[in-house]
Amino acid sequence: MKQVKEKFRCFIVENFMFGSDNNSFHDDDSFLEKGIIDSTGVLELVSFVEDEFGIDVKDDELVPDNFDSINNLAEYINTKSNVNG
Amino acid sequence: MQVQEFLERSAERFPDKAALIAGSRRFTFSDIDAQGNRLANFLSGCGIGDGDRVVVLLDNCPETVISIFGVLKADSVFVVINPSVKADKLAYMINNCRAAALITHSSKWSTALKAAIDSPSLKTVLVAGDTDAILEREDGGGFPFEAHGWDEALGGSKVVTPGSKAIDIDLAALIYTSGTTGHPKGVMLTHLNIVSASTSITAYLENRADDIILNTLPLSFDYGLYQILMAAQFGGTVVLERSFTYPYAVIELLKREKVTGFPIVPTMAAILLQMKELKKERFEHLRYITNTAAALPASHINGLRKIFEGARIYSMYGLTECKRVSYLPPEELDRRPTSVGRGMPNEQVYLVDGDGRMIDEPGVDGELVVRGANVMKGYWELPEETERMLRPGRYPWEKVLYTGDIFRKDEEGFLYFVSRRDDIIKSRGEKVSPKEVENVIYELPDVIEAAVVGVPDEILGESIKAFIVLKRDSELTDKDIISHCMKRLEDFMVPKVVEFKEALDKTSSGKISKKGL
Repeated sequence: MKQVKEKFRCFIVENFMFGSDNNSFHDDDSFLEKGIIDSTGVLELVSFVEDEFGIDVKDDELVPDNFDSINNLAEYINTKSNVNG
Repeated sequence: MQVQEFLERSAERFPDKAALIAGSRRFTFSDIDAQGNRLANFLSGCGIGDGDRVVVLLDNCPETVISIFGVLKADSVFVVINPSVKADKLAYMINNCRAAALITHSSKWSTALKAAIDSPSLKTVLVAGDTDAILEREDGGGFPFEAHGWDEALGGSKVVTPGSKAIDIDLAALIYTSGTTGHPKGVMLTHLNIVSASTSITAYLENRADDIILNTLPLSFDYGLYQILMAAQFGGTVVLERSFTYPYAVIELLKREKVTGFPIVPTMAAILLQMKELKKERFEHLRYITNTAAALPASHINGLRKIFEGARIYSMYGLTECKRVSYLPPEELDRRPTSVGRGMPNEQVYLVDGDGRMIDEPGVDGELVVRGANVMKGYWELPEETERMLRPGRYPWEKVLYTGDIFRKDEEGFLYFVSRRDDIIKSRGEKVSPKEVENVIYELPDVIEAAVVGVPDEILGESIKAFIVLKRDSELTDKDIISHCMKRLEDFMVPKVVEFKEALDKTSSGKISKKGL
């Protein structure tokens, strides 16, 4: 899980973290609330999830519960990986 | 008729009807009206009124809606600003209109404070959200303005409807729009402008009190703003979302709240059409979809029709300077899918040639001119810019709007967009001034030359590309450039791609030429 969280943190800092007032964010911070990722940025995040983790993101899985924080993302990856065995 | 009377009349007719649904928060018409009154009385108590400008820096949320009506009830002018704006631009706009008050949220406090400190006109700052840490300083350090918490300010104010001294030709709103010069311009709209436009639009959309509109568009954008104003006028419900970030959640909302009207821009259509399983959904309640801000490609129209069977699709065109110009009746969509229709009710539109003569023949390109009560009064304190756009009309007292867009008509007078006169880019349906982005890039000392252009993009319509010439030994990377832009510009203005070049072509007069970029 820790490795997965690190991967996401790196991806987000690399691609999105320039405009925020504070460069640090917690694993449980909402990207939407903090303005870390904007509306078209989420699509890039989906591509990253699909390419990096080989996961097929279904329409109804693209929801804040799965994508709106480092913790949520890690949980989502974990669940999908377990399901796939 | 003043704009806040839309709300006041609906509150009389349907006091307990849902006016606004935002996540788990639900407000009736009388709720919004009462809160609006409290805000208005609070503002008056601070000495604000009589045409004072009040800047609103908030995400799409109930407080934004309450602020719009509260400011109007206080005989003041609302200025809703894009919530992702950065401190410098915010300070520019506050100072430009010499705003007397700023309404914002604790989550935007650091941006707001930086701008507010540099804005001597501000008397009052009202902050929603978690204000404990912010307001403590007030007693200690002291701000040059008075800072108040939203709950405490409204809670301590009277709920009685304030008396109004304003009339319909008084200013109601300033909407800042990007300009080619690099600085935003404040479009001045009176109550009459807004009431006229709202009445025309709700007429051709055939809005009824049982309409439920889902709005994900920013309220700083006139397209989003008017969803609130029009719904107040016809007594309908607005389901308000902050953005279209999670399209599946929006689809669920469309179904759950039995939405009847869905305003979109092409970027949203592109994102929806990428969803793999949308074809299985049913949206029986959806009566209409509207599109404006950029052209909806025929493939998108067909895609939307398959998903939203039975919904009428309205292709429209407009500009902030007159709110809306035209709409295509849905039944014409098959015959003329690329047209944006004809003028809306109570308005005249026509094409003129280079000499200002009206063009009657079909198929001839000309500049689109708009005549009607929906046309703005001008740009705030920019007489030259205003004179370029607003020119004498048919009668000595009137001004008509030269849109700066080139169109042609067919035999039946239906309009087809040809091109813009200026180099404004449309990305995600939002205007982006290349000069504004270039100015920001030039702030980096290593940049010798910069040219910003729009590049066709399937999702964004146009994406932003910057061509840059750097000093010889510079180590700046494309990420550095983008990072700098993100700190200074709203998100939709940030270049997606940066390309470094050895040199940029020049015109014969020595200016950078964007041809071939």
